[in-house]
Amino acid sequence: MPDREHTSKHYEQQLRILKDKLLLMSHQAEQMISDSIRALVDRRPTLAEEVIKRDDDLDQLEIEIDNLCYQILALEQPVARDLRFIATALKIVKDIERIGDIGVNIAERAIELIQEPELKRLVDLPIMADAAQRILKEGLDAFVNSDADLAETVIHNDRMVDGLYEQIFRELLTYMLEDTRTISRAIKLIFIAKHLERVGDHSANIAEMVIFLVRGQDIRHGTRLDRG
Amino acid sequence: MGNSIKISVSNANFFYGTNQALHAVSVKIRPQFVTALIGPSGCGKSTFLRALNRMNDLIPGARLEGKIELDGENVYSDSMDVIQLRRRVGMIFQRSNPFPMSIYDNVAYGVRVNGLTKKRIELDEIVEKSLRAAALWDEIKDRLHRSAMSLSGGQQQRVCIARALAVEPEVLLMDEPASALDPISTAKIEELIYDLKRAYTIVIVTHNMQQAARVSDETGFFLTGRLVEFNETKRLFTAPTNRETEDYITGRFG
Repeated sequence: MPDREHTSKHYEQQLRILKDKLLLMSHQAEQMISDSIRALVDRRPTLAEEVIKRDDDLDQLEIEIDNLCYQILALEQPVARDLRFIATALKIVKDIERIGDIGVNIAERAIELIQEPELKRLVDLPIMADAAQRILKEGLDAFVNSDADLAETVIHNDRMVDGLYEQIFRELLTYMLEDTRTISRAIKLIFIAKHLERVGDHSANIAEMVIFLVRGQDIRHGTRLDRG
Repeated sequence: MGNSIKISVSNANFFYGTNQALHAVSVKIRPQFVTALIGPSGCGKSTFLRALNRMNDLIPGARLEGKIELDGENVYSDSMDVIQLRRRVGMIFQRSNPFPMSIYDNVAYGVRVNGLTKKRIELDEIVEKSLRAAALWDEIKDRLHRSAMSLSGGQQQRVCIARALAVEPEVLLMDEPASALDPISTAKIEELIYDLKRAYTIVIVTHNMQQAARVSDETGFFLTGRLVEFNETKRLFTAPTNRETEDYITGRFG
């Protein structure tokens, strides 16, 4: 059932502005991850540098969203679903901001790696990047559409991203054991895989908050907020 | 306490002539709890409140179907002494209504009328105790024999609360007790409600949802004469189970 509108048009508009800002910020963070991976795979340092520059915009949006949330809390005293929406916004804005930082980290490693010869044809890393980006996108879609079922899928699929990380780690370890000259590059690639694994974790955090938003249940750390 | 019940309402239908104001309301009100009733104007919350101590009896054509029990005793049975009922279930109204007499005589009024005591020294004690319980004693102890009408609105309301407490009721019904008061007086009344619940069962009707959220343990939401949701207050204001409740408390009135 779609949300009915508030009788107070001003309040309704404030919540809509907040949602729009969150949408814009999520879209930018998503783009930073996909561009940083593309910069690595296609060996395009200028694209990586562009990603790094975009982080300032994301930080600015984080501050604007926080301020808007405080303003709505103080002036409108939201309750029930609106209160859960503000609480969710205040939490996931941090996850989205961290995802942007991860995009910067990946871009920095990409710039370094591009200056050296390719260690190997990158196969698993792009697969992992796709998987991490997909659950990020699904986590954010779940938020935008208040879709708790999709959020559950995200939490489940995060485990798959964790599995891919283990696999990439083991593979790069064999490169390092065979030839010590690969260590520097292999470690950078492991960092990138670890960064993508963290994107999965942040997406799962967002998904947990979506379930709280929609159902009013706290499922973090295997707990439920049902009573008290 | 535990799971004990002070007032039990089962399947209550209330009529003003042919106009049905309450539809199949069932609820259990717990002792030493503050129970808040919220809902838009005309939703039946005041009718419900006034049904609990039969204040509606005075209205021609008013009648109740179903059952309301106070400590397991049928409030509407023929054997119920209504005067006694209203002593046990006191009421505070929206507009403070002190009698045009001294503060002392206001508070002592119910005790005298009910013939609860004749001794001056006992009466003095009751008046002081009631005014202390209503958090007013320190403010007015030097002018007990001045007219209650000379007090501020917030003080008048606390005189009325002291007057209600003087006859040692078990339940206090409050109908918008702070809606005509400024924020400081409102805060004092709310603080008082918080203190009083240790000894009394309180049912409060309020249009101020933040007030319901602040003072009550459980909240009932009424809409067009039906009790739509009855829930723990902290639950109702964070994650209500009913969509109509959600729409109302978040300000989506349609």
